[in-house]
Amino acid sequence: VNEVQNLLIGVAMGLNLVALGSNRLPSVVRAMAMQGVVLGLLPLVIEHDFHGLVALVGLMTISVKGFVIPNLLLRAMRTANIEREIEPFIGFVPSLLLGAMGTIAAVAVAHELPLLPEHVGTLLVPGALASIFTGFVLLVGRIKAISQVCGFLILENGIYLFGLLLIRSTPLLVESGILLDVTVGVFVIGIIVDRIQRAFDSLDTRKLTVLRE
Amino acid sequence: MKDILLVVLPLLGAAVALAWPGERSRPWLLPVFAGLHTLLVVWMLVEPPAVAPTDWFGFDPIARAVLPAVSILFLACAVYAVTYLRVRPERPNRVFVALLLAILGLLSAGHQARHLGFLWITTEAVTLATVPLLHFNNTPRAFEATWKYLLIGGTGIALSLLGSFCLGYASMRGGGSGDLTFAALAAQGTALSRPWVLIAWVLLLVGYGTKMGLAPMHTWKPDAYGEAPGIVGAILAGGVTTVAFTAILRVRAVVAAAGAGAVADRTLLAIGLFSMLVAAMLLLATKDFKRMLAYSSVEHMGILVIGASFGAAGTWAALFHVWSNSLTKGSLFLSAGNIRRAAGGRTSADVSGMSAVTPVSAAMFVAGMFAVTACPPFGPFFSELRVLRAGFDTGHGAAGAIFLVSLLFAFFGLTRLVFAIVNGRPRVASAAGAGATGERRVRETLGVILPPMVLLALSLWLGLATPGVLREAWTGAAGQLSPAP
Repeated sequence: VNEVQNLLIGVAMGLNLVALGSNRLPSVVRAMAMQGVVLGLLPLVIEHDFHGLVALVGLMTISVKGFVIPNLLLRAMRTANIEREIEPFIGFVPSLLLGAMGTIAAVAVAHELPLLPEHVGTLLVPGALASIFTGFVLLVGRIKAISQVCGFLILENGIYLFGLLLIRSTPLLVESGILLDVTVGVFVIGIIVDRIQRAFDSLDTRKLTVLRE
Repeated sequence: MKDILLVVLPLLGAAVALAWPGERSRPWLLPVFAGLHTLLVVWMLVEPPAVAPTDWFGFDPIARAVLPAVSILFLACAVYAVTYLRVRPERPNRVFVALLLAILGLLSAGHQARHLGFLWITTEAVTLATVPLLHFNNTPRAFEATWKYLLIGGTGIALSLLGSFCLGYASMRGGGSGDLTFAALAAQGTALSRPWVLIAWVLLLVGYGTKMGLAPMHTWKPDAYGEAPGIVGAILAGGVTTVAFTAILRVRAVVAAAGAGAVADRTLLAIGLFSMLVAAMLLLATKDFKRMLAYSSVEHMGILVIGASFGAAGTWAALFHVWSNSLTKGSLFLSAGNIRRAAGGRTSADVSGMSAVTPVSAAMFVAGMFAVTACPPFGPFFSELRVLRAGFDTGHGAAGAIFLVSLLFAFFGLTRLVFAIVNGRPRVASAAGAGATGERRVRETLGVILPPMVLLALSLWLGLATPGVLREAWTGAAGQLSPAP
């Protein structure tokens, strides 16, 4: 079980690098979507005594993060007629290097943290830290609203991974509440992206510079 | 039962508002439900219900010490909203009214949350519910502000979730059963894994600090307060920030129980002083009187966390300051909204002489400015004095000095801008300057004057004669948050 789990997390960590290195927005969105599917499968792998709610949370994660949100973003991209991230603040090669270093650092840091015995051999903590770091690089380093949303979602994915450490102790009610909030949040973001596109006729956040001191 | 009613009642109001057919009569739902909420909460303030220590939700001493202030502020804003929405008939108000009521319900839930996860869910829900309110004006500037609010606020909220998980892991590592109520976490005490507690503290402070608008996570605040309608600004500054502050207080109590209270207090003091200094500098520079209110809010959030770092007496003073800040800031936001509508502009370059155009609002704006800069005999003077005294009593002389210097600079900044707006020859911005040209003059009706005036009067009352029941409520909350050793 541990190996399947580590394999899935390893795939998610690889997808981080795909998202960082790609200049085509659809591939960033697809990397994020695949990561969502992988993460949705994880609770089903981790939990031994199969619980109805665990399956539900997993299914919801897969459908929302893997399909609903990516489709929303892809549609926004089509209407705005954008394909590529041009002139990011942090270039693609530097962000890829940053991501690689971040992944190594995540493994090193996780090694230092005092973990419970059952979590020592797993990639849960390194995977979580690497995804959070990737999310931040995308949030800061990209200028298209879509890329920033993807960064935010990858950051959320990392936190979700970390949350799996607690899956046995936290009541699933709280977990599903959290998932619901995240879902609504992304819908709100999607709507705002749409409005920005209409108001500014662009999804370039560099145009959002009227408000400054 | 009553504690649940505090949440359900406004949410019910939100549902009614969504279904209500009449566009003109719908805003009246706001004062009706807000009034019921205030009545209920004041009743509970006077006769507090019993809360079992293991409950994950309830009207405990902390909720009792803070939630009534939020409710009163909301009621004033709700009354104001009736007139405000009447002068803005071009904007549909269905979503606006429903979400305002939903926010009241969620804020009530957040203040009463005694569970780490539940607290996070309510705070996140409040954040999301405010988003459509921010771009009520539907201008490109409003969208820009909303986008920044979403990204910065969303990241902050994400970090506080990560922090919550870390605190949960600290409990698991310490042999906890996974009970994430604050009482259960604090009961574990030093058994909580210290490294994880410290990581959790940093993340939660940054996360909820973003929501409060502490520097350097305050950057969304001027944009959001500047672009949103005055009522939304008032509710953000007096209600939403308060729920984040109580979150920090509750987490601090757990961290202190885990034996890291000294570290927590040092970080709170540092971030508070930094916020005050940054806010004072920005107040000296800004020319926009709505953004000015945002910077002033950053300053007062700094005062709150500084108070929280000064032990039980300081926490008491901080809770006092929650009240005086909420009421005074509410009055300022609402009178600023009146001035802004009449002037059509927001900077000292466009606007002056408002004492001739909107005499009552301008007078309230000046009085509110003196109140918020801690001039006696308004509430903030007394609460800040108590924060300062708690600081000197706990041996934080240098911090007290920085505190006073920041207050002085903030005073210079605020007076400079407020008098530039109020004094001089009446001059309003061209486009919407209907106020001066006379044909569609923005009148100061009772509906937009009374709410800020009442809030200001309450702030004065709070300073001159702090009610005994409030003192008792703050003592109870301070006792729960920092139990005497």
